[in-house]
Formats: sequence, structure tokens, C-alpha cells
Amino acid sequence: MRIVVLAKPVPDPASSAERLGPDNRLDRSAAPAVINGNDEYALEAALKLTEAHGGEVIVLAMAPASAPEMLRKALAMGAASGVLVTDPALEGADTLTSARVLAAALRGMEYDLVMAGVDTSDGGAGVVPAGVATLLGLPYLSYAAKVEPDPSAGTVRVQRISPTGFDVLEASMPAFVSGTQALGAPRYPSLKGIMAARSKEIATRSLADLELGDKAPSGTWTTRVLASEPPAARAPTRVVRAPADEAAKEIVDLLASRGIV
Amino acid sequence: MAGTILVLGETVDGQLTRLSMEVATLARQLGEAGGLTVAGGVVGPEPRAAAEELARHTGGEVTAVADDARSSAAWAAGQDVDYIVLGASPDGRDTAGTLSVLLDVGVLANATAVSWEDGGPIVEMSVFGGKLITRSGFTGGKGIITVRPNAVAAEPAAEPGSVSESKPGAGTDQAEVRVVDRIAEAGAAASIEEARVIVSGGRGVGGEEGFKLVQELADALGGAVGATRAAVDAGWINYSQQIGQTGKIVKPQLYLALGVSGAIQHKVGMQTADTIVAVNRDPDAPIVEFADLVVVGDLFEVGPALLAELKARQS
Ligand SMILES: Cc1cc2nc3c(=O)[nH]c(=O)nc-3n(C[C@H](O)[C@H](O)[C@H](O)COP(=O)(O)OP(=O)(O)OC[C@H]3O[C@@H](n4cnc5c(N)ncnc54)[C@H](O)[C@@H]3O)c2cc1C
Ligand SMILES: Nc1ncnc2c1ncn2[C@@H]1O[C@H](COP(=O)(O)O)[C@@H](O)[C@H]1O
Repeated sequence: MRIVVLAKPVPDPASSAERLGPDNRLDRSAAPAVINGNDEYALEAALKLTEAHGGEVIVLAMAPASAPEMLRKALAMGAASGVLVTDPALEGADTLTSARVLAAALRGMEYDLVMAGVDTSDGGAGVVPAGVATLLGLPYLSYAAKVEPDPSAGTVRVQRISPTGFDVLEASMPAFVSGTQALGAPRYPSLKGIMAARSKEIATRSLADLELGDKAPSGTWTTRVLASEPPAARAPTRVVRAPADEAAKEIVDLLASRGIV
Repeated sequence: MAGTILVLGETVDGQLTRLSMEVATLARQLGEAGGLTVAGGVVGPEPRAAAEELARHTGGEVTAVADDARSSAAWAAGQDVDYIVLGASPDGRDTAGTLSVLLDVGVLANATAVSWEDGGPIVEMSVFGGKLITRSGFTGGKGIITVRPNAVAAEPAAEPGSVSESKPGAGTDQAEVRVVDRIAEAGAAASIEEARVIVSGGRGVGGEEGFKLVQELADALGGAVGATRAAVDAGWINYSQQIGQTGKIVKPQLYLALGVSGAIQHKVGMQTADTIVAVNRDPDAPIVEFADLVVVGDLFEVGPALLAELKARQS
């Protein structure tokens, strides 16, 4: 099986240092970049599948030229190679452009499955995967908690998280699967993996290498951030140290004063 | 300048979701502010009842399309509208992503508020785990907006709108996905994203047994049960209830946290709650820094006392 995993570098949410630049775009120098959390779960699931069924995992990112650092971690976890689409004309790109560019890059690749995270922690739109799948005419199985391909039948089954439990979906491959943490914890790169990653290939593509036709980015995006501000500061915390029944009264008093009970 | 805004309603077991009612209310408000026609659509196996509920909230015309809900995007792509609004739920996001590439329009996602200014919608979003609020607009006079739960309170229109039925469209190029089975999981029904009150448990709750107390408090407050990743990883509760960076992002009126430390990855999922109350043994836990009220104490003492106090006041 060949699986392409879409992995996006995002500012590390745990750094708490994310911010926008003066142009209201993400300031990539403010926080260290990491692989988007949900994409790591997708990568882990993809690695497990190729371990079970044979084959290899390729990671694909549309990102600034500095992204190889981050892709190197995916290679250290076990991906065979990487593809980085990078171009100055993509700076500040919207989700529509991301979907078109990733779809165009995928058109030149061979795969049984494309896997992605359901959303990203920086923009978190959660719309790129459905867009890519639609552009490529692939069956789209989202919010996967479990992925079970049957390579001999050429089909894949997915448990999709639903509002009431989960749905079991099936489609023929090639197919597009997006997933979450429910796929299972990602592995840490081993020392051997880190060493091996040094000699793995990361191919770089620019927009000129992709066939985008009249959909090539023209420097205007469909959406624009007009302003930003920090949220209103929370009132200072009230700390209560009292016997349980008194503390309980304090809580209910607060809830009553705010119309919650 | 007149235009049209289309609301796509979503159903669970044939019922319109509360999130869809909120989105419909928001669309009606935008329609009034911008002088737009508000249209609606519900695509599902038995869409009639949900379409009527949607029309009650939009006050405009709603089309009921009897088809697999997965073809929602295909139906909507055939409508001649300027803006499409839908819930930022899994299905809503999938539909938005598909519509974006079918219609060549942009998406403003996870709106926490939308207003109409200078001839277009202005969308507020909470980004970077709630550290920043951005205001964004569309550049081309068209677009798709996905809306977070609790962005507005659902409120019926003065006059309900009408419902017409329509046959499914000619079909789409969307490749086939078969639903093999639908499996109900106990406890997964109470959606934490839509809940007005969430009582959440962390590692401090100690086990499945402890979550009974969390559930009792949630019941007493008419809310849903949430959890930290530590509790989910330990297998005490389903992943569907996890709140945080890799779980759900919630904005309830009340967030009551029991035995939750308030780690950054959890905080990003709940810090925009209107009121945050925490019970924690540790006065130095990170949650103390951003809660409204913190009781320093044992949750197994404070929890039952709180239950008793709630029962006493309600009777
Ligand atoms: C990439 C990544 C993604 C993550 N995503 C998420 C996410 O989506 N959601 C999430 O929640 N976490 C997430 N985490 C994990 C997060 O970092 C924390 O580990 C987790 O939130 C801690 O859960 P907790 O508060 O239940 O446990 P702890 O941090 O162990 O806190 C337990 C608290 O309970 C208190 N306590 C114990 N016993 C009692 C008692 N009897 N009475 C009162 N208080 C008591 C303790 O004082 C302590 O403060 C993520 C981590 C990573 C690395
Ligand atoms: N620039 C990108 N490069 C690679 N993958 C991406 C990119 N943007 C989005 N994705 C994939 O699409 C998922 C959802 O992204 P989003 O719709 O932006 O929230 C991510 O988790 C990635 O798997």
C-alpha cells in the first residue's frame, strides 16, 4: 500500500507564543513549528497500516521553505520520503488555495490512500481535506477512529465518529481518510529512525511544477483578516478554602447570580 | 443591494440539531441587517420535520430534499446564492470544504459571531486557543461560513417560513461511500459542543466510578459530561467527550471542572466558557489562573455537597 499523509506545520500550541504579524497574517517566527497534532495521528495510523500490509508512507506539505525541519520528524517516525510544495506566491494562502495546491500535487503521485488530520490547531478550518477529496473525485471518509483497508478487495472501511456513536463506512480505494486522536497515539522517533531520516529524500516543488491552470494563485485570497484583538480579560479568580458544604454554597450562589441555576 | 443567504440544516435521527437552529437564527439576523433573502435547505432521508423546524427559525423559504445527507453539498452547489452558512460540526465542515471547491469561494470557519457591516458579513473567530479574536471578511462578495455552537441563542422568527419539497439533484461526481453500519455508543448522545453546562472530570476523578459523580452533577445542572485527555486515555470515558486541542472546543455558559489541572492543551478547548468553576486539591494548579471560582478541596467531598446544595435549592 502507498499512503500519502498531508502534514501541515503549525506554531506549537503548547508554546503559547502564537501571534499574528502586523499584516494580520500568522507570524511564523513567533513560535516553533511542529507537525499539526491531528496530522501526527494520521501519520501514525498510516505507518501502522504499511507495517501490516507492506508498502510505504509519503508525507506531503504545503509550507514555507523552512518546513523540512518539521518533515524530517515525520521521516524519523518512519515515512519513506517527503514532498514539500513551497512558493513565495503561497504566503498567506486561504483554505481554497491550499486544497487546490495539495490536490494538484497529489495528481502527480501514486497512492491507495490519502490521509489527513480533520483540522489544524492554527486555523482549524477543517475544510481542506473535503476540498482535496472533491477535487480529486476520491471517496471521502472523515473523522475516522479506525481505518481498515482490504487491499485484496481494493476497499477500505472506516469507523467514523458520529453524534451518537460511530458509523462504519466503506469505499473503494484510492480513497481519502481524515482522522483525529482516536486513531491512536503517535510514536516517538527512535534513534535509528532519526539517523535513517537524514538520508531520506524531501522533494521540493514550486507552483510552476504543478498543473493549476487558471486556478493558479493570483495574489488575492478569498478571505481576509481585517482586525484582531485579545479577548476581554477574565475577572480575577476567587479562591475558596472552606469546608465542603460552605464551598458548595459559594458555588451555587455564583451560579444563581449568573442565572445558571 | 439584495442577495441571498442560504442556511443548510443538519439532522440527527431526523431531528434538526440545535446548532442548526442557532445558525438559522444567525442567518435571519444577517438577512435583516443586510436586506438579504434567507433561504434554507435540509437534505436527509426524511427531511420534512427538520425543514419545518428550520423554517420556524429562518422565517424564510426552506427546501426539503429527500436524499442521503451526504449529498447536501451537491444540492447546495446548485442553488444560486451569495452566502452559505452552516454549523461547524463534522458534517458541516465536510460540506463546507466540498462546496468551497465546487463553487470556488472561500470559507470563514468556526465563527463565534457574525455581523453585517459595509455590505458584507464580518466573521469573528477565536484563534490560537482563545488568545486572540480575529475579525475577517470575504474579498469577493461570496463565501461560506461555518458557525460554532453557542455563537447565538436559537430563537424562532416572528412568522415561521414555508417549506417546499424538492427532488434530489441529478447526482454528483462525488465518489461513492457506503454506510455499512451505524453503531450507537452509550453516553455519546449528549453532545458537549452544544451543551450549555459542562461538568468535566480529569485524572483527579480517579476512575469510571468517579465519573458517576460527574454524571450526577451534570444531570443536576442539566448539562453534559466532559473530560480531559488523561481521563480518556485511561479508558474512563469515551473520546467523544474529550475537550481540548485534540478533542472538542466548547463554549458553554458554565464549565465545572473536577480534578482537572488545566494544562494548556485542555485550556484551549474551554477557556472561552462564560463561567469557569474548578474543584482542585492543588491551589497551584494552572486552572486556578483562569477560573472564575476555585474551590481548593477534595472533589469527593465538595462534589456530593454541591449535589446536595443543588437539590436543596431546587426543591
Ligand atoms: C499533543 C497533545 C495534545 C493534547 N490534547 C489534549 C486535549 O485535547 N485535551 C486534554 O485535556 N489534554 C490534552 N493533552 C494532555 C494535557 O497536556 C494534560 O496532560 C491533560 O489535560 C491533563 O489531564 P488532567 O487535568 O485530567 O490530569 P492532571 O494534569 O494529572 O491533573 C489532575 C488534577 O486533579 C487534581 N486532583 C487529584 N485528585 C483530586 C481530588 N480528589 N480532588 C480534587 N482534585 C484532585 C490534581 O491536583 C490535578 O490538578 C494533550 C497533550 C499533548 C502533548
Ligand atoms: N498546507 C498544508 N499542507 C499539508 N497538509 C495540509 C495543509 N493544510 C491543510 N492540510 C491538511 O488538511 C487538514 C485540515 O486542515 P484545515 O482545513 O486547514 O484545518 C490538516 O490536518 C492537514 O492534514
